[in-house]
Amino acid sequence: MATRFMQRLFPHPLLSVALVVIWQLLVNEPSINSLIFGAMLGVLLPFTTAAYWPNRPQVTRPWKLIPYGLIVAWDIITANVTVAMIVLFKPNRDIRSTWVNIPLDIRTPEAITALAGTITLTPGTVSVDLSDHGHALLVHALHAEDPEKVARKIKSRYERRLKEIFE
Amino acid sequence: MIVTYALIFAFAAVSLSLLLTMVRLVKGPRSGDRILALDTLSINAVALIILVGIAGATQIYFEAAIIIAMLGFVSTVAVARFVLRGDIIE
Amino acid sequence: MSHDILDICIAAALVIGGLFTLVGSIGLLKLQAPMARLHAPTKASTLGVGSILLASVLFAYASGAPSYHELLIIAFLFMTAPVSASFIGKVHIHLGQNRKPLPKPARDRIWATEAKREEDTPDVLEMKADA
Repeated sequence: MATRFMQRLFPHPLLSVALVVIWQLLVNEPSINSLIFGAMLGVLLPFTTAAYWPNRPQVTRPWKLIPYGLIVAWDIITANVTVAMIVLFKPNRDIRSTWVNIPLDIRTPEAITALAGTITLTPGTVSVDLSDHGHALLVHALHAEDPEKVARKIKSRYERRLKEIFE
Repeated sequence: MIVTYALIFAFAAVSLSLLLTMVRLVKGPRSGDRILALDTLSINAVALIILVGIAGATQIYFEAAIIIAMLGFVSTVAVARFVLRGDIIE
Repeated sequence: MSHDILDICIAAALVIGGLFTLVGSIGLLKLQAPMARLHAPTKASTLGVGSILLASVLFAYASGAPSYHELLIIAFLFMTAPVSASFIGKVHIHLGQNRKPLPKPARDRIWATEAKREEDTPDVLEMKADA
C-alpha cells in the first residue's frame, strides 16, 4: 500500500531529483526557500504530467553511472586533442573516413540512446542512424584504418558498461 | 592581468571561428552543411555572450546565453526534420 | 597565492576554450567530405564552449560572487550535441551526399533513414516489445 502510494506520488524519481537540482542552479543562490520551492516543483511536475509518459525508464544500477561518466569525460578530453591534431595537421587526402557498423546487444531504448550519445561525444566517431528494428547502429569514423577495430573498442569499452547499468 | 590577456585571446578566437563558420554557411554546398554551420554559429554565439559576461563581470547575460543555446538546438532539429520529412510536426 | 593559481586556471580554461572553438570552425571549413565535416564542430566546439563556461564559473568564484548556473548550459549543450549531430548526419544520408555506400545493418534489412514513408517506417513499439 505504502509503496503504491509512493509510486503514485513519485512516478519518476530521477526526474524529481533532476528538477530540484535544475531549479537550484537556475535560482543561483543556495537558500532554504529555493530548496523548498524546487522540492515542490519536483513533486508537482512529474505528478501532473504522469499520464503523458506511462513508461518508467529502467535504470537497474544507477550508481554505476558515475564511473561511466568519468570514463567518458576522460575520453572526451583526450580524444578531442587527437581529433584536433587530425583536423589541423593531416592533409585531406590522408584522412580515411569510413562507416562503421555496430551490431547491438543492448535492447532498451534508453541504453541505446546513451550509447549513441557517448559515441558522438567521444571524438572521431559520430553515431548517425539506427537500423529499422534497432539491432545495429551506423557510426561514421573520421579517421580509422580498420572499422572492425573501432566497433570492437566501442562494444567492449562502452556497451558492456551500459548493459550493466540499464539491463 | 593574465586573465585579461586570455580574455582578449578568447574573444579573438571565438570571433574568428564565427567568421570561418560564416564562410561555410555561405559556401554550402548543400543544405546539410548549412544546417551544420547554423548550429555551430549558435554554439559560438553562446561562447561570445559568456565572454562578454566575463569581461563585464556580470551575470546578466546568462539568460540570453541559455536561450540562444535552446533556440539553436530546437531550430537545428526543426530545419533538419524539415529537410528529412518535408514537415516539422507530423 | 591561491588567487594566482585561480587566475592561471581561468586563463588556461579561456585559452583552451578559444582554441577548441577555433579548431571546430577550421575543421568545418577545411575538411572535404560532408560527413567528415560533421565531426569537427559538433565536438570541438562543444568542448570549447564548455571550457569557456567553466572559466566563467571560476571567474565568478574568484571575484567573490559565486555562481554556478553556467553548469546548466554545459549540461544542455553536452546532451543536445549528439542529437543535432545525428539529425544532420541523417540529412546527409537522405540527400545522398556520402561518397561511400552504407554498409548493410548487422541483423536487419535497412537503416531507418532509408525507409520510405509509410510502408516501412521503423516500428518503435515493436522494438520496445522485444526488449
